[in-house]
Amino acid sequence: MTAKTPEQMNQDFMRPMEGVSSRYLMVLACFVAVIIIGIMAFAWQVYHGLGVSGLRRPVFWGFYITNFVFWIGLSHAGTLISAILRIANATWRRPVTRCAEVITVFALSIGALFPIIHLGRPWLFFWLVPYPSERGIWPNIRSPLAWDFFAISTYLLGSGTFLLLPILPDLALVRDRSKGLRKKIYTVLAIGWRGTPREWHRLEKAMQIMAVAVIPVAVSVHSIVSWDFAMAPVPAWHSTIFAPYFVVGAIFSGIAALIIAMAIMRKLLHLENYLLPIHFENLGKLLLVMTLVWLYMVFAEHLTGWYGNEPSEMVVFWSTVTGSFSPLFIAMIVCNFIIPFPILAIKKLRTIPGCVVASTGIVIGMWLERYLIIVPSLSRKYLPYAWVTAPYRPTWVEISITAATFAAMPALFMLLTKFIPIISVWELKWGLHAKPEPEPVLAPEEVEVTV
Amino acid sequence: MPVSSAIYGLFPGPHAAERATCALREAGITPERIVVISPEPFEEFSFSQTDNAGWMPWIAVCGGVIGGTCGFLLAWYTQVSNRLVTGGMPIVAPWPTGIVTYELTMMGTVLTTVIVLLISTRLPSWKPRLYDPEVSYGKILIGVLDPSELILADIENLLRNAGAEKIRNTDM
Repeated sequence: MTAKTPEQMNQDFMRPMEGVSSRYLMVLACFVAVIIIGIMAFAWQVYHGLGVSGLRRPVFWGFYITNFVFWIGLSHAGTLISAILRIANATWRRPVTRCAEVITVFALSIGALFPIIHLGRPWLFFWLVPYPSERGIWPNIRSPLAWDFFAISTYLLGSGTFLLLPILPDLALVRDRSKGLRKKIYTVLAIGWRGTPREWHRLEKAMQIMAVAVIPVAVSVHSIVSWDFAMAPVPAWHSTIFAPYFVVGAIFSGIAALIIAMAIMRKLLHLENYLLPIHFENLGKLLLVMTLVWLYMVFAEHLTGWYGNEPSEMVVFWSTVTGSFSPLFIAMIVCNFIIPFPILAIKKLRTIPGCVVASTGIVIGMWLERYLIIVPSLSRKYLPYAWVTAPYRPTWVEISITAATFAAMPALFMLLTKFIPIISVWELKWGLHAKPEPEPVLAPEEVEVTV
Repeated sequence: MPVSSAIYGLFPGPHAAERATCALREAGITPERIVVISPEPFEEFSFSQTDNAGWMPWIAVCGGVIGGTCGFLLAWYTQVSNRLVTGGMPIVAPWPTGIVTYELTMMGTVLTTVIVLLISTRLPSWKPRLYDPEVSYGKILIGVLDPSELILADIENLLRNAGAEKIRNTDM
């Protein structure tokens, strides 16, 4: 890495925020088009009812809940990783954390939409809020779905503030380098940040507290998402290992998403001097560990079910492993282990492209895993008369809405890069002066005096 | 403290800023009147070590306790107010109540931390305060609030000798 001065850093990080190219607009327009199609599909579903989706008795949870679990899992990329690295004082975290925190907030926001999309009457979504109502209908606090509300709200609040607080100094930086209306907007957004020792010290202290608080929240969120399943007496769901299994999967997919996002940012925003191969190397090692932990969890989960030999569990087990769902199961193993393991284990392959290939496989594999947790169990519940006569197939409505959320993520990222520096500028500069060099003293006659 | 004027120097690096603050303190300027503004934290230098926020975690813990209490009361009240005939059997489920209590404990901690940060740093504030946009270009601002006319020249000399690149007077 060429040694960069603070001013060069400012320029490098401000450059993506200045103007938009035609290529940028074209790509953004493509994503927005997909999002609009998704919104239209959702409007279609609201008008005609959930019958336009592929959800049929007994498979009432399909793509939507798969997406819900997937996106909530992906949200573990940021705040959890960022908080752990912050507490561990890992110096290489500095260029990585903001990107990770942004993924968390966006993925969590997208994920939280799916329970609402899944509702038959989404305009009554506020009934999900566990408040004592005047209708005399009291929310069932014993339902994991009510716990979801508390967990996701807390995590969204924690992740949002964890992202926004360290942005303040960078907003002040943009404010000082802007003119006209842009300066006025950033003056409001920077809320008067100056950079006094008190502000720096208390911001750092607040970030430490938040880091400590947000880790158990992140773990609890995906535990509670897992309990949406594990608390139900459905074959292959009612498992004590589900909470750690989901948390491991969430961290696994989260790191993969982070690597993909970082690689795209690095290429498109020309951040080669900041997002270095060592960052991908370190995240690749972390992903390697998670690959093995994920495999262990899958093995433990399936072994326990298989060894118990409980008839209803075995029906689901065999339909997943050798039955109609086996192509997806094999694809999941290939994407989550067969492809990424050698790439991440062999140092020569653990390059930036290698990590991106492994991560892409993992993101696809983890989506398949969520699907395989939900659909086979519902298709083969205890009583054979309740089994599906026709297998669950998503309709164009579900596919369009799913595609829209996958387009929303990069679109939101693209928009964000125009408003804030995607790398924490002050943290990066702070990391550079860990070993300060002695500086020359100017002669008094060189000093400029202005009154 | 209403401030009407200030003198400040812009320093190229932390060593010069350190010299300036030491010189100002030795000259008898009280710490309350010395302003330091930097583009990033310099915790390894004494000019940046003027604040102690060791109490912040304790306030956050208090916020967590309040949040947890609210969570417990909400979960408990929600359950006991259910018009379900239970024949006198208890209906408050401990595990779900614990989960709601836990989540709101963490929410209380997070909210309190943010509120304490904003209040203790007096943010948001859009009133004119001593600042120079050159801080964002890497300079460190060391200034003195309300310098008397008698010592203005002395302060200017101190800042210059410490290595200030620019010295400015400002009225607010």
